[in-house]
This record gives sequence, structure tokens and C-alpha cells, in this order.
Amino acid sequence: MITSMSPSKPRGRDLITDIASLRGDFPVLQQQVRGRPLAYLDSAASAQRPQAVIDAMVAQDSHNHANVHRGVHELSERSTDAYEGARTKLRRFVNAESTDEIIFTSGTTESINLVAASLGTQILAPEDEVLVTRMEHHSNIVPWQLICERTGAKVVPAPITKEGELDLDGFRRCLTKRTKIVAITHVSNALGTINPIKELIALAHDVGALVLVDGAQAAAHLPIDVQDLDCDFYALSGHKMFGPTGTGILYGKATLLDSMPPYKSGGEMILTVSFEGTRFNTLPHKFEAGTPNITGVVGLGAAVDYLSAIDPDALADHEHELLDYATDAIKEIPGARLIGTASSKAGVVSFLIDPIHAHDLGTIVDREGVAIRTGHHCAMPVMEFFGIAATARASFALYNNRDDIESLLKGIRIAQEIFK
Amino acid sequence: MNELQDLYREVILDHNRSPRNFGELDDADRIVEGVNPLCGDKMTLYLKLDGDKVEDVRFTGTGCAISVASSSLMTERIKGATTTESLELFERIHDMLAAPDFDVATANADLEKLAALSGVREYPTRVKCASLAWHALKNALTGSEAKVTTE
Repeated sequence: MITSMSPSKPRGRDLITDIASLRGDFPVLQQQVRGRPLAYLDSAASAQRPQAVIDAMVAQDSHNHANVHRGVHELSERSTDAYEGARTKLRRFVNAESTDEIIFTSGTTESINLVAASLGTQILAPEDEVLVTRMEHHSNIVPWQLICERTGAKVVPAPITKEGELDLDGFRRCLTKRTKIVAITHVSNALGTINPIKELIALAHDVGALVLVDGAQAAAHLPIDVQDLDCDFYALSGHKMFGPTGTGILYGKATLLDSMPPYKSGGEMILTVSFEGTRFNTLPHKFEAGTPNITGVVGLGAAVDYLSAIDPDALADHEHELLDYATDAIKEIPGARLIGTASSKAGVVSFLIDPIHAHDLGTIVDREGVAIRTGHHCAMPVMEFFGIAATARASFALYNNRDDIESLLKGIRIAQEIFK
Repeated sequence: MNELQDLYREVILDHNRSPRNFGELDDADRIVEGVNPLCGDKMTLYLKLDGDKVEDVRFTGTGCAISVASSSLMTERIKGATTTESLELFERIHDMLAAPDFDVATANADLEKLAALSGVREYPTRVKCASLAWHALKNALTGSEAKVTTE
């Protein structure tokens, strides 16, 4: 677990260190499911929202809603302030130099598609390569495949080890003068592996490649500092960091974004339109065609406020403690096989309990009120590498506790009883 | 636990542990692949017809207990049946798994062992697991696409 501090995070006595106290902030967790206290262990798929995020969205819709950047009236001003205020919060959250570098998108998938379509079209030529890793989510593979089909470039996967770590020597070997873009995940959704992205970014820059980091699984768990990382692009999703679905950002270095062609077109992204030609708006609006998800972005801003009030070291300790506790307990179960045993991991335990299929396990633990993900986790190349079709995955966030893990273990015991 | 026992009945667990008619069929004249993208289940159905009769049927693949047991029970039941009987059975199973007005009490009479799959009705996310093999069968008999998916 990375515990280094981001310079963007304020540090002081006022940061929350009592992580266990935060569970009460999440109304969805205060319920019983199938007669048992809900044990929500599926935050890597989508995290729950604290009351503060829900309230911010209700307030926006109840009092302030109007279109942004357009009207001269009071509500439009309020909405614009709230929307642009969220951009400032996101800038601080990832420590970008300027708000021009924060593009609001519908999430990580759209952020990656934006870069693939805009930058990919601009710089990829036949024989060029886009280097990804074997542990990527489909959303950091397929957009590159599509743009490579159109440009004649090629997607190259860097190898991983049987522990589920990136094979660093293999990664180095894949970097050549043909490598134009490197697209890597900060944290693997299927394995929990935290990649040494600062080192990978430096290696990629050595061969002149640009680097996009998929931060979907990192944002709720690790401090992010795009200037320290020196990444060219960083993508994240609101709903993985306690914000609403349909929100996210693309961070991009201003010089790059400035030179890239628009991705979507329509209103908002133009300065002047005539049938002789159109002048595009400046950053960040050039990439935000159409009326944005205003309420969602306000909610995302509230999620950033929520996360920024928490001491990152205390958060890392809490999640690491849960990860160790769950890993040790599952390891002891007869027939258990852990998929992904990297030395540096976020709160994800992917596992199989022989001979029980992950899907059966998911159904059975659900009857104990335990929500886990089962399947290929949109990372089929990872499953193929390990020679399996699916895993069961328990993922942790700040609101989880040992009781959640105990409920999971009880569910596993019931499954073993059925399949004995 | 009781509801779970209704899903994972002994017949299901038995057919999952020791699937019948498992393996490839060298002289098959219909081969159909079935995929359930939700859980990554894959099965291949091999069918050998003798005129209007299912002379032999086998399957391979990986899947959850419901999917494997359903495939196994299906092959056991349709071996020797006519294609018309098999297609009628497809409709009946389809109703048993998902039709709101299906009378489960009557299933035992004509569906016998296959009635064990009716527990799936209470688990909407698992209907696809149970129906995968049956969709593969329908495609094999009606000669539509060689690849079926539950999506």
C-alpha cells in the first residue's frame, strides 16, 4: 500500500483519522439484505455514496439547477459556479497545474476513448505501437484496438508474472522507438496490483512515448499527484470514489490537450460557428461538447471534499489491515487459490474455492447479505493468463470492517457445506 | 439455507460432480457453441442425428454448477428423443425457468429429473446459467447460428 503523501493534500490535525467512524456516513450500508446486515464487498465495481454527496446533488437539483456557461440569470450563475468549483476541487485532488487540464467526462472509459480517438488519430501511423499491459481492464484495451485498426498501428501487451505483477523486464523490452503511447493501469481491478507507475512513466518517456494512466481503481485509495508522476494523461471515474455514476475526469497536460483535435462536437466546445468554418473553444471546454452532467459533477466535487478530509495514511492502514485479514483467512480455506498476490496491493482479493464455481459462490454468499463480484471482471486476458474463466472478488473501501469479512467467510463455509 | 437447498438440489450437485455425456463426439453432425458472457461460461454441444432422432449427444465446457448440471440433465433426457420432442422440451424448460405463470407443481410429472432446475426461478440472475445448454440445443436443431450467447 502506498503511503506517501501528495503535496496537494492539506495535512493537519483536522484530517479524519478514525476511519471506522466513516461507515455511518453511508446510508445504503445501514440496511439488512436477505435478513442479514449488508456486507458490501464490491466497491471495485462501484463504491457507495456518503450522505454528503447525496445532499450536494439534492441541493443542486432542488435550488440551483440551470444550464452552465450560458445564461445571464442567477441560477445559471450558481450552476456554473458549482460546476467550475468542482473542476477546481478535481484539479487540487490530482494536483494538476491548471483547471484547463481537467476535462469532465462520463468516466474512465470515456476519458480513455477521448485520448484514443483524438490523440490516436493525430499521432499513430502504420507500424507504431500502443503498449498496454496484460492486466488492463477491457476499457484500456478495446479503445486502443479500435484506433489501431483505423491507423494501422498495433496494440502490444506487456507481460505479467504469476503473482499478477507487471514483468518489469518484459515491459522494458516492449518499449521501442515504435512505442508512441503507453496505457497502463495504476491499480488492477481484477488482481489488486498497484503498479510502480512513476517508474513506468519515466521508462516510457525515455523512448519518447506519451503515457495514459487508468486511475479508476486508485482514486478512492491512493493519493494522486499527476505532476509528481509526470504522466501525460490520467483518467478516473466518480462512482469508484464515492461520487455518482456518469462522472469522471481526464487530466491531460495542457500543451498536449491544446494541440489535440476535438473528440465530440456540438455546443459549448466552439467559439464561433459559420458555414465557412468553426473556431473551437479553449481548454477545457474544447473537449466538453453538449450540456454536461451538471448535478453529477457537483456530486463528484462533494466526493472529492469527502475524500480530502480523510487522512490518507490512516485510510491506507485501514484498507491494508482489511486486505491482510481477508487474505490470511481465505488462504487457510481448503481448496482456496488466490489470484493476484503482488507485494503491493490495493484492497482487492480475487480467489477461487475449488471445486466451487465463482458464480455459485457469489449466489450463496449473497444469501448471507454479502455482495461480491464474480466473473472475469472485464479483464479476460487476465483470466486467460491464469487459465481460469472467472474468480470471486471481494473488494474493500473505507467503510468496510472485519464483520463484513466474517460474513463472507461464513458464506464460503456454507458454500463448502453444499458442495462437499 | 432452505432456499439455497432448493437451488442446489441433490440431482443438480450430482450432475455437476459427475456430468453425464461429457466429452467430444467425433462423428457429430451438429456442433454448437454456447457462451454466457456474464460469468465466462462456455459450452460446446455435439449432436448426432439419425433422421428425426437424436442418436447421440455430448457436451464439453466449463461452467457453474447450474450450467453444467443443466447440460448434463439435458443430454441425458434428449438422447433417443425425436427433434420435435426435443424442441417441445426446450419450450417447456424455457417456461419452467422464467414464465411467470408456470405451475411448478405440474413440472415433476412430465419433466421428472429436469424439474430440479425449477429452483432457478427464484434466482433471476441464474436463469441464463440454466438456459445456456437449451439455447444451444435449439440452435443445433433449427440450424441457426453456430454460436449462441445468453446476452
